[in-house]
Amino acid sequence: MTVRRTTLGGHTYEFPALSDLLAKATPARSGDVLAGCAAESAAQRVAAQTVLADLPLSTFLTEQVVGYEEDDVTRLILDTHDPVAFAPVAALSVGEFRDRLLGWAAAGDEAAISGLARGLTPEMVAATSKLMRNADLVAVGRRARVVTGLRSTLGLPGRLASRLQPNHPTDDPIGVTASIVDGLLQGSGDAVIGINPATDSPGRTIALLELVDAVIQRYDIPTQSCVLAHVTTTLQALEKGAPVDLVFQSVAGTQPANRGFGVTLDLLAEAREGALALGRGTVGRNVTYFETGQGSALSADAHRGVDGRPVDQQTLEARAYAVARHFEPLLVNTVVGFIGPEYLYDGKQVIRAGLEDHFCGKLLGLPMGVDVCYTNHAEVDADDTDTLTLLLGAAGCPFVIAVPGSDDVMLHYQSLSFSDVLTARQVLGLRPAPEFEAWLARMDLLDDDGRVRSLTADAPGAKALLAAARS
Amino acid sequence: MSAGTGQVADDPWAALRAATRARVALGRAGDGLPTARELEFRLAHAVARDAVHTALDADLVRAGLDGLPVLEVHSAAADRAEYLQRPDLGRRLAPGWSLPRPEADVAIVLADGLSPRAVHEHGAALVMALLDRLADWSVGPVVLAAQARVALGDEIGAALGARVVLVLIGERPGLSSADSLGVYLTWAPRPGRVDAERNCVSNVRPPHGLGYADAADLVVRLLGAARELGASGVALKDEGPALPSGAG
Repeated sequence: MTVRRTTLGGHTYEFPALSDLLAKATPARSGDVLAGCAAESAAQRVAAQTVLADLPLSTFLTEQVVGYEEDDVTRLILDTHDPVAFAPVAALSVGEFRDRLLGWAAAGDEAAISGLARGLTPEMVAATSKLMRNADLVAVGRRARVVTGLRSTLGLPGRLASRLQPNHPTDDPIGVTASIVDGLLQGSGDAVIGINPATDSPGRTIALLELVDAVIQRYDIPTQSCVLAHVTTTLQALEKGAPVDLVFQSVAGTQPANRGFGVTLDLLAEAREGALALGRGTVGRNVTYFETGQGSALSADAHRGVDGRPVDQQTLEARAYAVARHFEPLLVNTVVGFIGPEYLYDGKQVIRAGLEDHFCGKLLGLPMGVDVCYTNHAEVDADDTDTLTLLLGAAGCPFVIAVPGSDDVMLHYQSLSFSDVLTARQVLGLRPAPEFEAWLARMDLLDDDGRVRSLTADAPGAKALLAAARS
Repeated sequence: MSAGTGQVADDPWAALRAATRARVALGRAGDGLPTARELEFRLAHAVARDAVHTALDADLVRAGLDGLPVLEVHSAAADRAEYLQRPDLGRRLAPGWSLPRPEADVAIVLADGLSPRAVHEHGAALVMALLDRLADWSVGPVVLAAQARVALGDEIGAALGARVVLVLIGERPGLSSADSLGVYLTWAPRPGRVDAERNCVSNVRPPHGLGYADAADLVVRLLGAARELGASGVALKDEGPALPSGAG
């Protein structure tokens, strides 16, 4: 293993492994301290960034952070790497690549940035992000164009969609429906109407799928449903003929972490084939949905790489995106503040991580959304989530997640509210997905300027939707 | 909801609100929340935050324990900020603590966890309810543990020589439940036990959640089953809920 070193201010810093270099170069966060791989001083962090800036991008094709033989995520990354797509940047160092990206972003050259996706590996984009400031992550992220579709089109310029998350502590159909109606009336749900079931069983999953499908059909809503059950549960629902729009699964960046989630690449492929065969799309054929989050590998004690060294949580997060992109997803989102303060301690760390995840996902070619969220034991509040949401809107994030009044009464954490999505759209001049926007207009839920109306129960569309909550 | 411009009378929304505890039909001020709804949300978050950051008040807990012997211990996490960022430190005792070895059957640990407020409000009362039902068990002194995670009970239980440890711990506060106490039962406690080897009785917080008597009955049933089986955890799951993931 190559030892890399630099001398700054009369002090020589040594980094004995590639994983160590990446970890030490990572902006501060609690999870890396917990894993024992964080920089030990602010100067050491900059020293690592300095060494990383001179590292050839191509290093990541020949030197691994997590071993090829022992980890199927590494094999997936390297076996599917596209040298032709990589060619335009193959000769650059990490620092030069950052500069090149900023140049393309400033020139608005979306094709140059987006065309790289299959030529980039997660480790390359993670390394590059570590040299970027928040504004760099926004500027480049917004020029990486990723458009996907099933019954609505996501990721188009000037659009911000949302997942309507109508969770209920007992999966009560009336309670779930009430939250769906509340969200639709406020212009949410164009990315997906997606429920985290309180109980992961085939029967419950099928019942919820049928409930949301009935609402979508009754009101002819151009969106898709998802019950975020385990992929094996969704496979059973598919076998029983349930109306499955999207196959969902949480994924992580190492094989042992995915084993901890009870998933293999073969299982995901099988479920995707099952959903594709139903042919439920109207504008596209993307039928998978993945969630990720920094810290998930560490929390499963599955965060080690070559020589048993801990890998930093942001690099591992980017590796999860390689798993997701293999299955051509409609939606991917990081659940950025959910996992707790031992991974992302405060608002500064959560905001940074949200922007990193969006940037890395987009560069790798993913329709990368963010669940902008926090728990009550983290040093994060609604001011921080406002900041991140507006930054993500500026960064061209395709979708965020919204729950009634920011309060998820099943998962016990705070995400965005439906009104937060409206505020971001209004402030940044963003609109819903085009098919969904046309539906809102048909339902008379938009005013003359195309904004979602104040809640007026007497509008015909609102009356119809409110009727759904009573039946 | 007020009847301002663009807003309407309450009636059409009543059905929506009645259908769920979720915060539906809040109304809007422009694209934002109306002031009253915004302040309601802030208060709920503030109460939850205060529950996390309240310091464990040993005198308050002792006063409710009716003169029972109490031992105080501290985890290796020095303060709240370290506790929140280093769960590993909250799972072991700070250096220098030594405990007596009464060799009692049951060790009871009152742990602040993520809601010291839950221990203040429900800890002593739940201990008393448990003691009322543990006539055929010997019970050691109550251990009051600061900056503690569930697994700290493994080290404490082993040091005390107990056959089983009950950790009564403040659960992560939600927006509508800042004072919820959980009980974790671990048979043959020793450092290195994993979450799958525990059983949990959650959401003890009368009058909204489980009451003391019901919770104590459930815990004592689990204790009996664990004694019979010589183990706790998933093997006992027919008798009570297994530990929810991430609770350790």
